[in-house]
Amino acid sequence: MLQRLEHLLGIEDLTREQISFILDQAKPFQEFQRHPLKKLATLRGKTVAIAFFENSTRTRISFATAAARLGADTMNLQAEASSLKKGESLLDTVRTLEAMRPDGLVIRHSSSGAPEFVANRLGVPVINAGDGTHEHPTQALLDALTIRDRKGQLEGWNLTILGDVLHSRVARSNIHLLSKFGVRITLCGPAMWVPRELETLAPNVRRVTRIEEALDGADVIIALRVQTERLHEPALAAEEYILRYQLTPQRLQLARPGALVLHPGPMIRGLEIDGAVADGPQSCVLEQVTNGLAIRMALLYHLVGGAAEPPPAKVPDKAQ
Amino acid sequence: MGFRPCELPAVYARMMRQMRVVEKRQLLSAEEISRTLNRLAHEIVEKSGGTKDLALIGVRRRGVPLSDRLAKTVKDFSGVEIPVGTIDITLYRDDLSTVGPQPVVHSNEISFSVDDRDLVIVDDVLYTGRTIRAAMNGLFDLGRPKRIRLCVLIDRGHREMPIEATFIGNSVQTSDTEIVEVHLKEIDGDERVVLVDRVP
Amino acid sequence: MPATKDHLLLIKNGRVLDPASKTDARHDVLLHGSRVLRVGPDLSSGDAEIFDATDLIVAPGFIDLHCHLREPGQEMSETIETGTRSAARGGFTAVCCMPNTQPVNDNASVTRSIVDRAAAAGAVQVWPIGAVSVGSKGEALAEIAAMKDAGIVGVSDDGKPVATARLMRQVMDYCNSLELPVIDHCEDPSLFAGGVMREGPRSIRLGLKGIPAESESICAGRDVELALLTRARLHIAHMSTTGALEYVRHAKKLGMRVSCEVTPHHFTLCDEDVRYDTNYKMNPPLASRADRTALIAGIADGSVDAIATDHAPHHPASKDVEFDRAPFGIIGFETALALTLGELFHTGKISLTRVVELFTTGPARVLGIERKIAVGGSADLTIFSIEHAWTYRASESPSKSRNTPFDGRTFRGAPVATIVAGQIVYRRELTATA
Repeated sequence: MLQRLEHLLGIEDLTREQISFILDQAKPFQEFQRHPLKKLATLRGKTVAIAFFENSTRTRISFATAAARLGADTMNLQAEASSLKKGESLLDTVRTLEAMRPDGLVIRHSSSGAPEFVANRLGVPVINAGDGTHEHPTQALLDALTIRDRKGQLEGWNLTILGDVLHSRVARSNIHLLSKFGVRITLCGPAMWVPRELETLAPNVRRVTRIEEALDGADVIIALRVQTERLHEPALAAEEYILRYQLTPQRLQLARPGALVLHPGPMIRGLEIDGAVADGPQSCVLEQVTNGLAIRMALLYHLVGGAAEPPPAKVPDKAQ
Repeated sequence: MGFRPCELPAVYARMMRQMRVVEKRQLLSAEEISRTLNRLAHEIVEKSGGTKDLALIGVRRRGVPLSDRLAKTVKDFSGVEIPVGTIDITLYRDDLSTVGPQPVVHSNEISFSVDDRDLVIVDDVLYTGRTIRAAMNGLFDLGRPKRIRLCVLIDRGHREMPIEATFIGNSVQTSDTEIVEVHLKEIDGDERVVLVDRVP
Repeated sequence: MPATKDHLLLIKNGRVLDPASKTDARHDVLLHGSRVLRVGPDLSSGDAEIFDATDLIVAPGFIDLHCHLREPGQEMSETIETGTRSAARGGFTAVCCMPNTQPVNDNASVTRSIVDRAAAAGAVQVWPIGAVSVGSKGEALAEIAAMKDAGIVGVSDDGKPVATARLMRQVMDYCNSLELPVIDHCEDPSLFAGGVMREGPRSIRLGLKGIPAESESICAGRDVELALLTRARLHIAHMSTTGALEYVRHAKKLGMRVSCEVTPHHFTLCDEDVRYDTNYKMNPPLASRADRTALIAGIADGSVDAIATDHAPHHPASKDVEFDRAPFGIIGFETALALTLGELFHTGKISLTRVVELFTTGPARVLGIERKIAVGGSADLTIFSIEHAWTYRASESPSKSRNTPFDGRTFRGAPVATIVAGQIVYRRELTATA
């Protein structure tokens, strides 16, 4: 029997079985997205608090929609609107939320470790929607679901991750997840964004700085967003990045035929990825969005569903 | 719908394991099941005035092999292949406020549109009616059927919803503590219907 | 228990370990008032109060070269009173407090206020370190001579490095004439920028911004070059890297008066121990495993002069935040000796004499003073057990702060009595796990 997940803080500590279970459980919710009527009563009466201390429209809406389609109510907290800006600590913000008694919390924060901080102090299930440069577990899960649907399985092929891997929580979560299934991973980008230490994150990870080398033999490519300005670091000119690392149709030819292209979004067409690739037949970005909803519904269903009090004592299953 | 230990909430499952199952009597043998299904298949087609717009929806789990067998029988005597779909009612249940992990969800498999269809829901046992209520909710999320009727192998009474089956294999009087166990070879290996009781 | 002028205290049957006089023998020590009256075997007691030091080590009073007492200005985290009581529990008889208070200790009146407060409420001696620059802003030189008259024993802009090579050179020249050591917190701000832990595989895994070791070693190299130029007394604070250690070794080989200290957490933990727990966040950060090994080797071979705690209290609410936002620092008085015994002595890496040197003659040499058990000298003693088993509980500390990664840790060896000017300022009852 699969160990029940209490929180989803990261991929690093999940087993293959737990990951496969989540992907399998997302399938009914994928099918659900095709129903004309997309509203369940499964989580009716439950409240999901969505606390985003960092800007994000897409992920926040994805979680809010997932909760709503399950019939749950949502409590929305956005950093600018909250008293966090006025210097209220994370602990106090979270205590305030807790006093409103949600049944689950989805949190995105700019500090690595913030979801763990909150999970250790609150009494409700916590889902990490992205913390600092540490992990973004739901992104890795939806990427894995997308790839598994297109390729049939998560073993035995090569992944290349392009871009600013050092500062990418999406990259880390993907590395943790796919390496558990034996995927061979190549990391590629400007040298200061792809330090050698990344190879210690998981087995079967190597880093290269030439895109030609990285794409040779790649079955799946994840192109990361690029932030050319970085706090505390010298900037890299966009033209430099484009010249050496942009994923163009020509460069895509270097990969295996039919190689999949994924991007966590939002994309900057013309910077890390050429528009033709982003919109081409190998691109999976639209499926990623749909799958994001399915994954998040499956997670909310399992983590936030269920009760606190014991049921009344009945013997046969009267649910028949 | 029979007793499904693997999907029961943990508390019930624990209680169940502590009690002994005593078989009281066999309700249907393998041959009787076969004859009943045959009769039901004919009844469905007769009372529908033919196979036009007809489709069967098997309720996971044991409604699925039953609906497959019914469709095969219909094909055998009429030559018409009526569509068969599967519905999983986990997301539509009203009793998910229970201790223990959430039950595992499965997908529906309905490859045809339910709009304007003459649907027959197929399940093994009709008891409180809650499963069928949930199945109807699920079907209405998919579209607007013309008509929905119900076909069950066993009707054991004790309804808690205003739900009745049009096509009934057998009606059986049962008490609250008894359980009707339907064994089908596709799922359980053997083939029979028994009435069991739980004793401490 | 006040040490009145004529009070006699006989410390009986202990093992007197005094590196300065090369003594390691079973001796009694008789204290008269605030002075040492006699040292020798089997002293007669007369009507002296007896302290039974059987199975205990009797050493000169320990000195902590580096701590933060937070007074004036940050009394919610610690005060001179609570900090020194914690120091006494750690076996320290004298502590050097850093100037990054509010206001910064950059002039004689702040120095005097600290000295006066310590005289009134301090449990142990307090020897302030004055700032190098006004406000520690790294621009103008502070009033160092006036502060020396008021009682400082060294200068530092701790919390930050001395800002420029030019300023460091200036203060080194100036302090030569004043006979004060210059103590530097070695760090390169442009490499440090925004970092919260040591850069390495662990920082990458945790997604926390890393600080390369070179931030410390580049600055240490600068300081050693300038010490060579000016012939100054340079002391590297809380040294944590192999690179800085190599510069210190190089300087010592050239006969320069360059010294360094290491904290107990830097020879006990390393960056692999860091997790999302702000009790593992300090500056300099926990270093690599290889650095830790090198530091221990440096402690063993004499390249490292002293163990200092860098006791950095922060009131609990300020540390109960996300790792990124937490202030740097952990407390350390009460675990210093036990960690030293556990990690370095009981493992056979250094001798007991070396342990005592690291807390007495080493720090004393940096400050240009003596530390020994001498007849006629001040009765400052640290009495400790190398075997006593106990569990450290931060909640029992007299410090106002609780930020330590060692809470709940069991130790073998502990301070048993701390004597300052003849007065027992701390005494541990040796019951089972006290």
